[in-house]
Amino acid sequence: MTRLLKYKSLQVGTFGIVLALLPLVLTNRYYLNVMIFIGIHTLLVVGLNLLMGYAGQISLGHAAFFGLGAYTSGILTATYHMSPWPAMVAAVVLTAFVALVIGIPALKLSGYYLAMATLGFGIIVHICFKELNYLTGGPSGLVGIPTLAIGSVILDEPARYYYLVWFTTLAAIALSLNIVDSRVGRALRAIHDSESAARASGIYTSRLKIWVFVISAAYASVAGSLYAHFITFISPGSFDFMFSIKLVTMVVVGGMASIWGAVFGAATLTLLPEVLAVFHDYDIVVFGLILMVVMIFLPQGLIRGALDLLEKYRLRRGVAGESV
Amino acid sequence: MVTDLSIEPILKAENVSKSFGGIHALRQVSFEVRREQIKGIIGPNGAGKTTLFNLITGFYRADNGTIYFNGHRLNGLGPHQVAELGIARTFQNVELFDRMTVLENVMVGRHPRTSSGFIGAALRLSRHRKEEDGIRQDALEMLDFIGLGQRAFSASSALPFGLQRILEIGRALATEPLLLLLDEPASGLNAAETRELGQLICRIRDRGITVVLVEHDMSLTMEVCDEILVMDYGRTLAEGSPREIQQNQAVIDAYLGEEPVA
Repeated sequence: MTRLLKYKSLQVGTFGIVLALLPLVLTNRYYLNVMIFIGIHTLLVVGLNLLMGYAGQISLGHAAFFGLGAYTSGILTATYHMSPWPAMVAAVVLTAFVALVIGIPALKLSGYYLAMATLGFGIIVHICFKELNYLTGGPSGLVGIPTLAIGSVILDEPARYYYLVWFTTLAAIALSLNIVDSRVGRALRAIHDSESAARASGIYTSRLKIWVFVISAAYASVAGSLYAHFITFISPGSFDFMFSIKLVTMVVVGGMASIWGAVFGAATLTLLPEVLAVFHDYDIVVFGLILMVVMIFLPQGLIRGALDLLEKYRLRRGVAGESV
Repeated sequence: MVTDLSIEPILKAENVSKSFGGIHALRQVSFEVRREQIKGIIGPNGAGKTTLFNLITGFYRADNGTIYFNGHRLNGLGPHQVAELGIARTFQNVELFDRMTVLENVMVGRHPRTSSGFIGAALRLSRHRKEEDGIRQDALEMLDFIGLGQRAFSASSALPFGLQRILEIGRALATEPLLLLLDEPASGLNAAETRELGQLICRIRDRGITVVLVEHDMSLTMEVCDEILVMDYGRTLAEGSPREIQQNQAVIDAYLGEEPVA
């Protein structure tokens, strides 16, 4: 147990140190911006992975929770001049509440039905962002969101914001690693593997599913607030159905039920459009293709899937070699 | 009125009925299970045995009738509440948590007897850590009891089928049940495995746990059961000791006569 814990702290620690040193090498603002987006996406994907990868409940509406966080922070600070940190807390509370209200009926559904319900929810929220002009600024977006400050230090430099984002994300990773390796974490995985057996083992599955849905929405809300204060301008386009699909793709590419996989998935699919600029207008097609290929050939995710394939190849060669 | 629970039957079903659409899976079934006995339920396929288990454990709701367990009325309770009261079960088609290790499967069984939640886990509060160590310890002891101590860290899906059935029983026992419901635990097992299973069931009873066994394997049922309930077409056909059942003409006609009794 303690060895496992040390191993876990070692992973988080090493990753933290690498991240802390990175801005010393990566002085280019563009690269730092990309790293900030990777951090925000990682936070989203780690939360979604708790719901999807561990508890096995699909959400196709996660962009909505991301958007609720961003818009609540944005509206409270830009329109009502609230100070950003309390606004961020308010955003988490509001988003968690919405998730609770949606989750209670939606999580009675499972499989495709839950996917459809969350999809519908995501579309409704997206329409609200577009149509509630007086609140959200409508399709043209919400401007004038202030940058964050810690005390007197204003985080207007990407390097500073980078540390805030990755500190938050790293904390979320640590909390999630602790959760998945615990009584509730096992209960979540149990629901995924056999809901009947989970119930017979005394797990109140419907309540636990709602809880993990709410927690996952709260992660998304924090990511949304961080996003809003970073780019200081938000518009509905960032929170549409396509973004929900991208998040699901990140979870799948990283490998379901793997926290570090979530980091990998978020990083890969955030970098991909940057690297392959040619695909710019077709990036959603590329995402769809990746999702299909990974689901069909590497359902364990890219890393574990590739390792499995390698193993299979080696075995086959080994067997062939012996028979010769 | 104070009733002495220790002499009351641990499980009592009164006129329980359940139908699915037009099919009467159970009609007015009444029976009792006495404490610390092994009770067998036999009957042809579709006799309503598994339906009965699903009603007792809260997976289905009875249309009519009442089920009492250890002084509690079970009607309206969900599976997790039934588990908390002290009824554990296994499934006809082994339902393990395939992506977990053998140990973790049994650790899940400790769920209803432990309490730490998301916050305790996320922040690794000391109470949570202590509880987690306890869960692990209890699960390891359970694995020793069912003879899977050596396989604690294997993937549960890597176990041979017979051991998967045993592991499922271990997970059920980890919930500290007073009553254990086994749904065809011998199906898919060979003769040697079935014999070992019989011994395990007796050891479970010796721990003070009442066992109800739905089974097709007559040799196992006749050997380990103190009492047998025979069902046919959703009704109780006969009830009695294994010897009485073997000689009951109605039972022989409906069921036993079809295959040789071991």
